[in-house]
Amino acid sequence: MRSLLAKDLRILWRSPFLLALLVIYPLLVAALIGLSLSRSPDKPRIAFVNEVPAGQEFSIGDQTFDFSFTERRLREHAEPVRADSRREAERMVRDGDVLAALIVPSDTVQKLDSTLDSPQLEVLVNERDPVKARLVDDAIEAAVADANRRVSRALTRTSIEYLNLLLDGGRVNVLGNEFTVLGLKRIGDAIESARRRLPRGSEERRALDQVLTFNRLATENFGLSARALSAISEPIRVEKQAVEGSRVPLTTFAAAVAVAISLMFVTVILAAGGLALEREQNAFTRLVRGLVSRGRLLAEKAAFAVAGSVPLTLLMLLAVSAFVPTEWDRFHLWALAVLAGAAAFAALGTLVGALAREVQTASLLAFTLLLPVAFLALVPDGVLSPALHDLTRVISAAFPFDPTLDAVTAALYGDDSMLGPLLHLTGLTVGFGGLARLAVGRLG
Amino acid sequence: MTVNLDGMQTQPPVVLEAVGLHKAYGAREALRDVSVAVRAGERVACIGPNGAGKTTLLTILAGIQRQDAGTVESRAGRAGWVPQALALYSKLSVAENLRLFARLEGVADLDATVERLLEQTGLRDRADERVERLSGGNRQRVNVAIGLLGDSPLLLMDEPSSALDARQRERLWQHIGALVGAGKTVVFATHILSEAERYADRVLVLADGERLFWGAPGDLEREVGAHRDLESAFVSFLRQRGH
Repeated sequence: MRSLLAKDLRILWRSPFLLALLVIYPLLVAALIGLSLSRSPDKPRIAFVNEVPAGQEFSIGDQTFDFSFTERRLREHAEPVRADSRREAERMVRDGDVLAALIVPSDTVQKLDSTLDSPQLEVLVNERDPVKARLVDDAIEAAVADANRRVSRALTRTSIEYLNLLLDGGRVNVLGNEFTVLGLKRIGDAIESARRRLPRGSEERRALDQVLTFNRLATENFGLSARALSAISEPIRVEKQAVEGSRVPLTTFAAAVAVAISLMFVTVILAAGGLALEREQNAFTRLVRGLVSRGRLLAEKAAFAVAGSVPLTLLMLLAVSAFVPTEWDRFHLWALAVLAGAAAFAALGTLVGALAREVQTASLLAFTLLLPVAFLALVPDGVLSPALHDLTRVISAAFPFDPTLDAVTAALYGDDSMLGPLLHLTGLTVGFGGLARLAVGRLG
Repeated sequence: MTVNLDGMQTQPPVVLEAVGLHKAYGAREALRDVSVAVRAGERVACIGPNGAGKTTLLTILAGIQRQDAGTVESRAGRAGWVPQALALYSKLSVAENLRLFARLEGVADLDATVERLLEQTGLRDRADERVERLSGGNRQRVNVAIGLLGDSPLLLMDEPSSALDARQRERLWQHIGALVGAGKTVVFATHILSEAERYADRVLVLADGERLFWGAPGDLEREVGAHRDLESAFVSFLRQRGH
């Protein structure tokens, strides 16, 4: 087996185009992903134009809004990029420097002050890419909802302050003049005191009793109103809990996807191509007539594919680590995840190689099989009908891409256990290895 | 033919015997009840029109594929095998190919065996050249050399001279003659009937998977009457048998 392995590695070494492709491809994928991750953070870039004249502010109670707060809100959901004018923002969107532009028109403060008309923020977006457009919609909707909530809270707080003033009394400033407001509670006390001084059964005392009843009702209901206003300022609150999986940073997930895709293609193509080459060069019949058993030949091809792909993938991980924060003390887990994935992909590759007679057919078969498998595994939950979703889950589980992605993600980030994906990959290695042995047994 | 101590002629022992071989690929029958017994030191040519079943028979005798019915018994261990299509690695050099297969064959003295075969095939000067850069004839010589690596007493060759020019063919048959002289048994399939006439002790004629003739080349010529050579006798023979 060592002789055959050495032979395969020598042939690979003497195939410069294939070798270059196998080395450059994963490194290129790593570099592309790394660059895109370093340039494009988790948040989309959105241009921000504030056309409200300098100094114009909008006040609610003692709180003042100058509309730079919209930019601050936006920062929580996107990466705002300052633009000096609407024209510049349009150019940035058109050139792809930003995904969209958010414009606060100059009449925004007047409309807010008028209370008759709601101000309208404007969004410029390049709709050529629906995925990016969706990202922008989400970011801007979230930012505007935040801003609305903040204004609403300020309004509520001011209303509650006025209600409390009516209830408890206090000092209030109107147009620079200070006034003392007595408040319903103290009014009630004063009326009660006056009432006691009136003769029982008198007309005036009965009239004051009615005033006192009204005062008590008003005091109680104003108290309820304050609590109700507090509640409706944020009627529904959200508390997020992860019931499955942990929140993996986008950069880590993207790195794991890149690693899994490269590992998949390189390993499957090496294993399938290695076995198909034996048939293409007619050496297969020479080998299996007593020189090497079919099982050992498959094991050699799997070992060849793993020996070729694992170092390349680890090299790729090192390249990605230049862009993604990495924990080096978890390197042994990376290696374990990559090795387990490679073993399963190699077993699948030998099956593909047993089904194809030539290297070209094996490569084509590998690509046509693997691309949809990777695509299905990356389809997010909830975008398909339940039946279709279940079908994609079954297909994904039947191939090594999904468990490899889980294992590499767990190895890189480490919140989830690697045990499940590793056991899954072991099962697939045995399964595909068995199928490959059956297929190669039928070859003449 | 061998002579025993009493001066009586005795037949050499049978080293390869196939009885009642049958093989079908789907509905097509490639071999129908074919039997053959090859004696030690014989050179047997398997001839027949295209699709006669020559390669199927040889691959069954070589143990590459199984017959559907019938038996094959080899008393020569694992036969050396030279397939019709080149079965070697084009990215490896001549010496690397020989060394790899010699190691897989479990050859004891690897270097000496490779040297001997390079010498025998006249490829010593091209030993370090990759097979992909050799001419078709030289590739076929490497292909034959790999079949000889195991030093088996029985050699099965499927059209070994098909890619060779006249001079190379002559050299190949000289080499095969030397092997037979050293006690090896050779069974080969060929389309070149002059080779069968010149180099075979016995011919097996197959047509549509059926054994039509088994005997010496001269016997075939005698069977169809006077002909200028084996090729014209063979064509007449096939015509007589309705092929």
